[in-house]
Amino acid sequence: MATTPREEHTNRPMRVLGTRPVRHDGADKVTGRAIYGKDVQMANLAHGKILRSPHAHARIRSIDTSAAAKLPGVYACVTSADMPNLVDKMTELGEGTVNLAHLGANVLARGKVLYHGQAVAAVAAANADLAEEALELIKVDYEPLPPVTGVLDAMKDDAPLLHDDVFTNEMGKRANKPSNVARHIVFEQGNIERGLREAEVVIEREFRTATVHQGYIEPHVSTALWNADGHVTIWTATQGAFTARQQTAELLQIPISRVTVVPCEIGGGFGGKISVYLEPVAALLSRKCGRPIKMSMTRAEVFEGTGPTPGSFMRVKLGAAKDGKLTAAQAWLAYDAGAFPGGVIGPGCMCVFSCYDIPNARVDGFDVVLNKPKTAAYRAPGATHAAFACETVVDELAERLGIDPIELRLRNAAKEGTRRVDGEKYPRIGFVETLEAAKASEHYQSPLSGANRGRGVASGFWFNIGLKSSAAANVNPDGSVTLVEGSTDIGGTRTSVAMQLAETLGIAAEDVLPQVGDTDSVGYTDVTGGSRVTFATGLAAYQVGLDILAQLRERAASIWSCDPEKVTSESGVFRANGKSMTFKELAAKLHHTGGAVVGRATVDPQGATNGFGTHIVDVEVDRETGKVTILRYTAVQDTGKAVHPSYVEGQMQGGAVQGIGWALNEEYVFDAQGRMLNPTFLDYRMPTALDVPMIDTIIVEVPNPGHPYGVRGVGETPIVAPPAAIANAIYRAVGVRMRELPMSPPRVCAAILAK
Amino acid sequence: MNFIPRLRERLYVAKKLHVTTTVNGEPAEFLCEARHSLMDALRDTLGLTGTKEGCNNGNCGACTVLLNGVPVDSCLVLAVEAEGAEITTVEGIANLGHLHPLQQCFLEGAALQCGICTPGFLVAAKALLDRCARPSEQEIRFQLSGNLCRCTGYDKIVRAVQEAANRLQEVKR
Amino acid sequence: MATVFVPPQLRDVTGGADRIEASGATVREVIDEFEARFPGIAARLLDGEHLAAGLAVSIDGTLSNRGLQAAIGKDSELHFLPALGGG
Repeated sequence: MATTPREEHTNRPMRVLGTRPVRHDGADKVTGRAIYGKDVQMANLAHGKILRSPHAHARIRSIDTSAAAKLPGVYACVTSADMPNLVDKMTELGEGTVNLAHLGANVLARGKVLYHGQAVAAVAAANADLAEEALELIKVDYEPLPPVTGVLDAMKDDAPLLHDDVFTNEMGKRANKPSNVARHIVFEQGNIERGLREAEVVIEREFRTATVHQGYIEPHVSTALWNADGHVTIWTATQGAFTARQQTAELLQIPISRVTVVPCEIGGGFGGKISVYLEPVAALLSRKCGRPIKMSMTRAEVFEGTGPTPGSFMRVKLGAAKDGKLTAAQAWLAYDAGAFPGGVIGPGCMCVFSCYDIPNARVDGFDVVLNKPKTAAYRAPGATHAAFACETVVDELAERLGIDPIELRLRNAAKEGTRRVDGEKYPRIGFVETLEAAKASEHYQSPLSGANRGRGVASGFWFNIGLKSSAAANVNPDGSVTLVEGSTDIGGTRTSVAMQLAETLGIAAEDVLPQVGDTDSVGYTDVTGGSRVTFATGLAAYQVGLDILAQLRERAASIWSCDPEKVTSESGVFRANGKSMTFKELAAKLHHTGGAVVGRATVDPQGATNGFGTHIVDVEVDRETGKVTILRYTAVQDTGKAVHPSYVEGQMQGGAVQGIGWALNEEYVFDAQGRMLNPTFLDYRMPTALDVPMIDTIIVEVPNPGHPYGVRGVGETPIVAPPAAIANAIYRAVGVRMRELPMSPPRVCAAILAK
Repeated sequence: MNFIPRLRERLYVAKKLHVTTTVNGEPAEFLCEARHSLMDALRDTLGLTGTKEGCNNGNCGACTVLLNGVPVDSCLVLAVEAEGAEITTVEGIANLGHLHPLQQCFLEGAALQCGICTPGFLVAAKALLDRCARPSEQEIRFQLSGNLCRCTGYDKIVRAVQEAANRLQEVKR
Repeated sequence: MATVFVPPQLRDVTGGADRIEASGATVREVIDEFEARFPGIAARLLDGEHLAAGLAVSIDGTLSNRGLQAAIGKDSELHFLPALGGG
């Protein structure tokens, strides 16, 4: 059923898309030359460090930095008193609106501290060791308050209240007394009571997931220089230079024209490097002492002071007829937002039943604040939690009804035109194709034998977003093209974008030289996230290509003295009236025909469309220790046109392994005082090379009709299915249904013993 | 701001030690405080920023360098331990500007996405291939289990090391 | 006439109706039309001159990036959804 883009879109075979060129920034990255945030050096550089709250919940009575300021070698101290007080100010950040007062308080606490590790003050000094010494001289007078760290506890009427200005929002209707429940979302389709009555089998289960972190290997780092002319330049690890600029400018209440953000090469983000943490603080310190300030986080600070993904409590009920057709679906989802409202419950509610065509459904979702770090996006935010719940119940249904798990999904699969519980109708999607590919795969067809071994299947969905991208390109006299685009490159997108420009121009991928611009050198571009870059920035590159081709046809026409309408361009060759010229030949003549040729484009596309994945995993469970070994893993995904198949495979493999870590080991362990007990890579246990086998991938290309090359977003979908797939495999291996993440050895052991 | 420390106050720069060593085959020397790690000295004093910091407590391997041919987490080695030793960093893997087969295979095999862990992996993998010509997949995974990668899921890294091992053997023939 | 799908939490203002027809040419016009028929609904959907924080509009199955100025066709479907992001 999979169609190839060539048939649907361009009627000619792709020359560049689908090939595997070496990435353009490759030599720098394998020789250590690439400049990441911590590698930035400059004269007179001073170092900043942050003082963090020892309490999970407390009022700040006073902060006295005078002793710290007197320490020789200390250049400046700042607290929230150095930042404007932005009460009730919202700002649109491209990916949604943000409450600036909350963002500001998360950067430097104001009035209260709401989680252990929250930033309270900062110091700049001659070196990082001195700055840390100075922190110890800052006196903060706290009035500790009782913390609440469980999502259900935080929802109770008698729970400690974090904010007196947060009221439950029900689609614009505000409750009249403050609450830790910041938002209640409801989606409904059909009639849930009728749907449940029509069902011949109904299964309802509860699930819990723990807080997990994106786990990028590079800690946050920013260097800020507030220059004598009042202009501040920030070199930083960020997923979006423009959003970092906007957040910093808004928080400090300075015009964005006075802020330049230079995105360094970035060592991982996954959604955690979109909100600013250090940038405004470094800028403030630099303003106070007139030196450039570099600030970086320790690994413990990354765990305690940035934005992990929510923990959750979920209840899912599915009703089906005997033939497996789902008649009803109901979900009650409570996600913890961390210390400030605005967590990812929205996408969780939209994703929970998104793989299926269900006539009657109801979803209730709650955004709950509690005394943990403010959550941030983590690769398909909110979807993995929801899929863990729904896909486990689907698997139980399959077993109860005696239907193969993939077959059950096929009978209910969402297709083009299916209406999702939030009301949206799907355009052309490839979910059915992934199920069929999974069913036909060598993995699924091969038997699994041996004691305590089992095979599990699960599916996952993510939206993918569009948003804005800009790009510009120069044609060089030797026929190469220098491209400047605005999407920070976390995983190789400068190459997938360059390849689309090359495809459009009819030249080789190696002949496009991509650069990631800063906020001064390229047009506005939204964050690298939401699986948007290859789609949206690729679309910008495509339009840049069309712009260049139009100009080149004019130049050829002037050389041949003919009407530009008569000139054709195809696969890098220009033709008119029997004459022809290659791209390279024409490029050599540009200076004699009017000067440089510069192409430009800016896009804000609709038509980003969804990604579906189906994962198959074989596990072996050690009954004595509860350890789960992954024997074999296959990730199937509808990726749209795979621009660079190696990097598409890489996204599927990387997302799957993050999902494996989430499933089997990763969690924040909190004590009763709300302190994280395991803020190191030793005890926050992410997968190593020894923990996983090869991750096989099956790319299903159902082209996205909303993109000239059929490109879909790819990066986030693969993290959604793994925990559910592994839970289902564990059940088939040892007969226990795991409903809490992570399914770590102690929990698996306890479940086996309880049986 | 007064940068001149008064005599009665503690100098804010601790007394430094002088270290003489060899880095990537060339003689090198630097001043460091006793508490500085080799990672600090390489990155901040010698300007060799290819070695990366991920955790600063020996759990991620991003700072892996070779100390007398043995892979170590340079964040756990004191800078003074470099005295008289031979150190290899990622900057020393390529030969006169020509990429080592490992580096070439990482690029051709797309064994990096964000690239922050790549220097550590290259150094650790080089140490492995220097002493074991044809490691099995399991051996590769075991020897590289001290290097965390969050982007790739390790699949293409392991395959790149296998391919590099093959190419090194072909060169030898 | 375009059809506006009323989210469950707004049905207290629309007297329980879950789908309402509207003739406005933009999202803003539709909301203004609704406010005339169901007073109080604009306050639920707007923050001053913008869509309320956290709210997005989907027209004919695609999330709109034009906010209140987004154009609505004669047979369009309009949904109000939580704003989306990504990681």
